[in-house]
Amino acid sequence: MDKGKKIKDVSYAKYGYFFIAPFFIAFLIFQLIPLGQTIYYSFFEYYRSGLKIIGPNPVGFANYQALVESGFLKYAGNTIIMWLIGFVPQIIVSLILAAWFTDVRLRIKGKQFFKVVIYMPNLIMASAFAMLFFALFSDNGPVNSTLISLGILHQPFRFLSTVWGTRGLVGLMNFLMWFGNTTILLMAAVMGINPALFEAAELDGCSPRQTFFKITLPMIRPILVYVLITSMIGGLQMFDVPQILTNAQGSPNRSTMTLIMFLNNHLYSKNYGMAGAVSVILFIVCAILCLLVYFTLNADDGMSHGKKKKKARRA
Amino acid sequence: MKKTLKALLSLALMVAMVFALAACGGGGEEGGEEGGEEAAAEGQVLNIWCWNDEFQSRFNKYYPGVAEVAEDKSTTTLTDGTIVKWTINPNQGSNYQDKLDEALLKQADAAPDEKIDIFLIEADYALKYVDSEYTEDVKALGLTDADLADQYQYTKDIVTDSNGVLKGTSWQATPGLFAYRRSIAKDVLGTDDPDEVQAALSDWDKFNAVAEQAHAKGYKMLSGYDDSYRTFSNNVSAPWVTGTEVTVDPNIMKWVEQTKEFTDKEYNNKTSLWAPEWAADQGPEGKVFGFFYSTWGINFTLLGNSLADPEGPQEVGNGIFGDYAVCYGPQSFFWGGTWICAATGTDNPTLVCDIMRQLTCNPEIMKEITLNEQDYTNTVSAMTEIGADPEFKSDFLGGQNHIALFVEAAQKIDMSNISPYDQGCNENIQAAFKDYFDGQVDMDTAKANFETKIKEIYPEITAVNWPE
Repeated sequence: MDKGKKIKDVSYAKYGYFFIAPFFIAFLIFQLIPLGQTIYYSFFEYYRSGLKIIGPNPVGFANYQALVESGFLKYAGNTIIMWLIGFVPQIIVSLILAAWFTDVRLRIKGKQFFKVVIYMPNLIMASAFAMLFFALFSDNGPVNSTLISLGILHQPFRFLSTVWGTRGLVGLMNFLMWFGNTTILLMAAVMGINPALFEAAELDGCSPRQTFFKITLPMIRPILVYVLITSMIGGLQMFDVPQILTNAQGSPNRSTMTLIMFLNNHLYSKNYGMAGAVSVILFIVCAILCLLVYFTLNADDGMSHGKKKKKARRA
Repeated sequence: MKKTLKALLSLALMVAMVFALAACGGGGEEGGEEGGEEAAAEGQVLNIWCWNDEFQSRFNKYYPGVAEVAEDKSTTTLTDGTIVKWTINPNQGSNYQDKLDEALLKQADAAPDEKIDIFLIEADYALKYVDSEYTEDVKALGLTDADLADQYQYTKDIVTDSNGVLKGTSWQATPGLFAYRRSIAKDVLGTDDPDEVQAALSDWDKFNAVAEQAHAKGYKMLSGYDDSYRTFSNNVSAPWVTGTEVTVDPNIMKWVEQTKEFTDKEYNNKTSLWAPEWAADQGPEGKVFGFFYSTWGINFTLLGNSLADPEGPQEVGNGIFGDYAVCYGPQSFFWGGTWICAATGTDNPTLVCDIMRQLTCNPEIMKEITLNEQDYTNTVSAMTEIGADPEFKSDFLGGQNHIALFVEAAQKIDMSNISPYDQGCNENIQAAFKDYFDGQVDMDTAKANFETKIKEIYPEITAVNWPE
């Protein structure tokens, strides 16, 4: 009997491995091996001149050195600026919406409807969204004609020919696409807070503002950090919106050229060496951010500490 | 029971996935075996790669050997039983070239019937393929000097490699002209007669003077920044790239200077090529004096844009149909064009040669194409004949025989100064200097941006030299 039971246990474990095997095979073939190759080729001179393949010739860190000299930091700066233009309003609006939607006293009607509507822009393909904005904000586009017929402008404002016009549009699009997603995440976080805390605060005479800043915000801190880090990683990989909006030029004056657009430029001549070097640096930055989020999420000391404090105060 | 079902389902899914992976790897091998048996004679399948259906429709309509066209047009069957397989990849970005490059690099290992036999190229990147080992010498295939004698020299220059070997051939020539609005010319110059307008625009100083007059009357001379670009870039004194250095020609800087002046003095509308605003400037609401366009641009793009009702009849009364006319303009140029290349390793050399001979050298077929399709074909004699024909006229151009002007313009084109880097250089100098014309950057920044971009996309380029 005893023996038979043991065999049964072992066979279950075996099936477990079978079930997860497809993922690991796919991961190995489509992720891990290309990742290894990217790192490997970043130390080589390896590109195509016309139809001739040059390399791979080992060049050590020359690609990384060329990268630093070629304005990598400028494109990193562009990326961060455009991410901030989108992220700052995004987090503010999402926080406000999340607080309103979860507030038991406001009792907003049609919550489900609004949730769907604010999530909608995220369902549109980023490139289609960028095409739409490109048409809307073109020199003779509907936005300009509306502003002129309203008498606000006398001449069309050439949005895509000015640095802040273009950056602003990229930020606006990222904001519109992602605030719904963030709102829903934050709502989940707020709803995870023990309602007793809000009741207690109310009994103690907290104003809504105090409740928000002293209870809601500290309690959802881990989710906020998670939102911040994932958005930052998404922001670092910003590509399709500025690529389509500026017709791959990062215009004007390369001020909307993001890191991935820079990487894409190197792929024009299949320059695997330089593109690999850009990817490796991005990989390292993203990995650091991931580690950050991992440790923040696991270190829930701060949260439980806060909880205890609140409970103590209520008592 | 339920448990076994679940286990079975998961197993089935797993098996399906493994098979899917295996299928990816297996596909190529299967093709290999099939092809091997037929390699002895000429191949049964002719693979043609192109980026739109222009050549396909010409081929299906005018190649004498066509027996049957498949319903979805993906294949054409010839009278000798050979199947022509069309692979069409749109041009956007560098999609067509990327896919073509991948296929050509694998050409040596591909099965005979999988090999590319014919592919089409454009002037801006022609040398990339012409100067490679992936294109066949067309004379080695069987085309003779006599066959090619009636073609325009510049169409041959473009596809001649650095050793003087001809690697392709074209059925069209694409000389450019200046298409102007008759009504605006009358208002500004007091005449709409092509000869008199040409006299007023015959060099750049006169052109600029007319631009000033047009501006005074409330018109724009050109629509945007890139309109006159080809007239300058086709008349350079040296290729873009020599060795590993880019040299910007003084004539390109003349374009920069002229365009900046036109922009600052508001002689243009600040548009870019192919933008909706640019197309609108060519229509009934447009206030632009004229456009530099080549053969295809006048009969197709300009005509389409000039109509008030795009679906309506193409006749006088619909928009500004009939209000355009053409003259030579200040400098001769060409724009666009498609060349047919034979891929190295083709298994149908005789057929490829016959297609080239019939569709690019046969004067009867060429003339028919011009009369039916309004395309300007690559035969000096037939075009001269139509140009001299007093009966031939274009209603769109107010009764003008534009072929006569094309005949003249085509002879003046000199394209000995092309390089494999033309596409990247042309596109990016226009993009880099757009910021300068917009007033976003100064001259030096625009130059620096062009250098950065060129070195990014062409890693082998070591320096960019600017004229003094």
